[in-house]
Amino acid sequence: MSVKQLSIFLENRPGRLVTVAKVLGDAGVSILALSVADTKDFGILRLIVDDVAKADEALHGQGILCQISDVTAVEIGSAPGSLAFVLELFTKSGVNVEYMYAIAEPCSTHPVMVFRFDQPKAALEALAAAGIHVCTDAEVLSHGQRA
Amino acid sequence: MNDLLLKDFVERGALERLQYERLRETLERVYNNVPFYRKSFDEAGVKPSDLKTLKDLSKFPFTNKTDLRDNYPFGLLAVPQKDIVRIHASSGTTGKPTVVCYTRHDLECWAETMCRTFQLGGATENDIFQVGYGYGLFTGGLGAHYGAERLGASVIPMGGGATEKQIMLIRDFGTTVFCGTPSYFIHLIEEAEKLGVDLKETKLRLGFFGAEPWTEAMRDLIESRTNIKAHDIFGLSEIMGPGVSADCIYHEGLHVFEDHYYPEIIDPETGELLPPGEEGEICFTNITKEGMPMIRYRTHDISRLHYERCRCGRTIVRMEKVRRRSDDMLIIHGVNLFPTQVESVLLGIPGTSPHYQLVVSRPKAMDELEIRVEVTPEAFSDQVRGLEVLRAQIASRIKQLIGLSARITLVEPGTIERSIGKAKRVIDLRNQK
Ligand SMILES: [Zn+2]
Repeated sequence: MSVKQLSIFLENRPGRLVTVAKVLGDAGVSILALSVADTKDFGILRLIVDDVAKADEALHGQGILCQISDVTAVEIGSAPGSLAFVLELFTKSGVNVEYMYAIAEPCSTHPVMVFRFDQPKAALEALAAAGIHVCTDAEVLSHGQRA
Repeated sequence: MNDLLLKDFVERGALERLQYERLRETLERVYNNVPFYRKSFDEAGVKPSDLKTLKDLSKFPFTNKTDLRDNYPFGLLAVPQKDIVRIHASSGTTGKPTVVCYTRHDLECWAETMCRTFQLGGATENDIFQVGYGYGLFTGGLGAHYGAERLGASVIPMGGGATEKQIMLIRDFGTTVFCGTPSYFIHLIEEAEKLGVDLKETKLRLGFFGAEPWTEAMRDLIESRTNIKAHDIFGLSEIMGPGVSADCIYHEGLHVFEDHYYPEIIDPETGELLPPGEEGEICFTNITKEGMPMIRYRTHDISRLHYERCRCGRTIVRMEKVRRRSDDMLIIHGVNLFPTQVESVLLGIPGTSPHYQLVVSRPKAMDELEIRVEVTPEAFSDQVRGLEVLRAQIASRIKQLIGLSARITLVEPGTIERSIGKAKRVIDLRNQK
């Protein structure tokens, strides 16, 4: 089970992020979560949006380099130690987290984290075995809109 | 006074008679001994006997760098192999290097013109030379070395690099003349300052700099931070090496040793010979070389020739300092680079696009090359690591195939300026100040 993520190549130049945000805004796409991985010269902007196909089309139309990939959205409890518990599951099953970020939703008792694993299948198995809920695209979307 | 000095002050009529004689003899020799020239002269419908005056050289076909590559390595020899005593080769071109071969007589002529180069700046047998050009296949080191020996100076064959040691020898040996690339020497000045060494307190008084383009600002920098008078050496290995021309104390153009290297200015588009004083591409013909004479060799360097007597009294022609080229070749750290070489490296790496741009700068003393490459959808990875791997791969291929260290910057598709469908390949920031 996975959700669609949009990855966008960005040069480290003033105004690039604004451009992307505008293109998505003009296309009527909402951003539910984002993270930026950056180096000295370039960055990769990763987004969870409400309409990934529409967003992809709008960005391509503007010549912006982007890619759709699969990530896993995991519902994490809000009790202290919940995140550590989940991360430990991955460590025990030999799964590496390549990156992770949270879906913005400050009031929720069930925060959702987006993960990219080196072995998504093994990660899903470990989550299932521990009884941890993994969200679908639709759930992520409704989750985001509740906020 | 050195016996060679007089050659620069010869009466022009006598010089031209000598040039004609030498040129005619050279044309005969290459026509008879080099199949390439026989073929190209025949195709152009000219014979050596068609040279009635010096101007008639314009009827003869040009020689290009590609002709040297096509005849790699020894196809253009005009003498039997046994008469060759030295072989040099150019660095930094993809595939095969450009090879040049010298007879004993050629080495003597080269030493002579390098010696005359040093005399232009006022060097004498009393000087102590430190040669900071690289020795080896590159013509810089040995060229300067034999020229300084011909002058009768004391020569320290230091070679490039090892800056601290260079500074130590300058102080301990009392070096008076330094030869090398200007960017390296500026680096040396900075290193000396870091070590607390004031080069003004050494015996250094003259510098002969070349193998890369440099500016008046660099001359000012060198002359203000040392007691050196900085001279400009022009040369190219295909013709001989350093010492094809050099500037005197007035710096009003570089005196061409035209009794060995006959210059012409042509229209780079049409190939037509241009009258004296007009700007165009400078071509050289070897008129004393035995091993591998070049006939009307296209340099792609844009210059102008001045035949009036110089303020220094020399009668030999002056060429204006080369500030641009008719093609897009770059010289970086003395390495020749054509943008097309970068293109062919990129084509061999999946995931890069043919859209790239070279930015050459000189933030401090040394040339820096940045290559901006557009990322393609195929190469774009969601992972930073994936893009870093691509970047490292491009850098290592450039280093391996071209011999230059470049900083690779990945840019968004469509961001490299395309002028009338063709990308603007080169931004050279070095000559802007
Ligand atoms: Zn002069």
